[in-house]
Amino acid sequence: MAFEDQRTTIYKVNPEHPESETLPTLRTEELLLNLGPQHPSTHGVLKVILELEGERLVKSTPVMGYLHRGVEKLAEDGTYHQFIPHTDRLDYVCAMYNNFAYCRAVEKLLDLKVPERGEYLRTIVAEVQRIIGHQFWLGAQALDIGAMTVFFYCFRDREILLDWFDELCGARLTTSWYRIGGVERDLTPGLIDKLKQFIDYFPPKILEYQVFLEKNRIWLGRTKGVAVISAEDAVNFGLSGPTLRGSGVDYDLRKYEPYSAYPKCEFSVPVGKNGDTYDRYWIRVMELYESVKIIRQCLEQMQDGPVMADVPSVTLPPKERVFTNLESMIQQFKLFSQGFQAPPGEIYCGTEAHKGELGFYIVSTGGGKPYRLKIRAPSFIHMGAFDHMSRGYMISDACTIFGSYDIVMGECDR
Amino acid sequence: MHQLATRIQESFSDGFVGATEWRGDVAVTVTRDKLHDVAKFLRHEPGMDFDYIVHVSSVDWPDDEERFEVVWEFYSIRKRHRIRLKTRVPESDCVVDSLTDLWKGADFMEREVYDMMGIRFRNHPDLRRILMPDDFTEGYPLRKDFPLRGKGWRDTFEFLDEIPR
Repeated sequence: MAFEDQRTTIYKVNPEHPESETLPTLRTEELLLNLGPQHPSTHGVLKVILELEGERLVKSTPVMGYLHRGVEKLAEDGTYHQFIPHTDRLDYVCAMYNNFAYCRAVEKLLDLKVPERGEYLRTIVAEVQRIIGHQFWLGAQALDIGAMTVFFYCFRDREILLDWFDELCGARLTTSWYRIGGVERDLTPGLIDKLKQFIDYFPPKILEYQVFLEKNRIWLGRTKGVAVISAEDAVNFGLSGPTLRGSGVDYDLRKYEPYSAYPKCEFSVPVGKNGDTYDRYWIRVMELYESVKIIRQCLEQMQDGPVMADVPSVTLPPKERVFTNLESMIQQFKLFSQGFQAPPGEIYCGTEAHKGELGFYIVSTGGGKPYRLKIRAPSFIHMGAFDHMSRGYMISDACTIFGSYDIVMGECDR
Repeated sequence: MHQLATRIQESFSDGFVGATEWRGDVAVTVTRDKLHDVAKFLRHEPGMDFDYIVHVSSVDWPDDEERFEVVWEFYSIRKRHRIRLKTRVPESDCVVDSLTDLWKGADFMEREVYDMMGIRFRNHPDLRRILMPDDFTEGYPLRKDFPLRGKGWRDTFEFLDEIPR
């Protein structure tokens, strides 16, 4: 009858029920299924080869690299300033935080201090970006699972903030607003007013998202107890951000290695218990409230002052001076044609982006270009745990699982 | 010298090559044969407790005798300290021990280093290319001798002197 090979399992006849001997022998075989690369819920172009037994996942192998653009190689060929727009394209839904992480790393290399108002502005915009990132995640994740309404509500509020970005720097997604040594320009009074209106408007809307989902039986059934990972495994796999905190590990670089204006703000870091998809969702929603809190405190504490460090060998001169002053023009020309001279050495600097720890490892041999630049992308490292976390769940949970990491393939493949 | 580096030097006097501390980052260089032992020491020794792997990276120094440098970065969530572990690999024998048995997260990171720099990891469970396609035969893109515009079929493009009318 059935031919036997390594993949074939034959159900033996049960000796207690000899009548079943008359039935034909059942033969099951593992099935290989390609999920992606073109699939609406793979968040870009990701292929996963699933080995199935019935509808259960036995093993899954992610196949990545469809969006690989060689960003690390490109970094070696340009000056430090020229790389800032490339970082936008890593995680294209949260460009500001990538700029922030990169600028912080270069500032660590140069040992550069950013003025206080600059730090506050950076924190405010980073938290606005975190809100956008979590809204995007929530909408997309709910859509993957089948709750379409939340998507529209999230995108309605996200649009307000994207318009705010548009007014701030002239771009909605690929922003490039951060600079090495500060930020490109100050907030106008109009922008501050708009942001204040938004943080009053927003908290009731978060409640709206929660009401949609937390009493929804389908949402609960598809997130509670799905993709459970223990705290020990999560740490061992190098997970970070909400994916790690969902397992109950209180690891947040904003608290552990405080930077920018975070030490001056009071906020808490929500931590989950069960390590399942629902806890990761809950953490992200709670972080929305915390982000609003941080923005409000920063707006209250912020004093007037410069937004850019005044270190002529590194930072760009203000535009007014470039057009009126010869030395400033020469300085601007030199910085753009040769770049600033970084000291030889190597640093690693990690920043808590909304997905997890986004780090830059820079090796400099002196001169205007990085010798080697390595990006620690949280999405890439989270995909390493996918096989471990998906075993035993259904095919339909596969999208839930990598959705719960909040992966963006632009960052994953670089 | 930082106390973490001192402890590694005391425990592995023959494998220890050097230590630096710059901008608050502690980096320890060890010889290749002692790498796995040092990593095990970092992972399990009380007082070290490096339970979190941050990244695995590699640097190409074409003029040096031992051409490649492999870099690991560890963090301890319990103790809240950080360390960078480095080792040098010659081009003729481009192999280091894999650390996947100590940190599972090293799996994908080491595959990326293999893909981009061509350094092989001994005892790695599944050492394949990860970002470049499996049938990519043009070399290892992040090596310094790999041209920025790429190799292979791109090299055969003809450049036009002027736009034909």
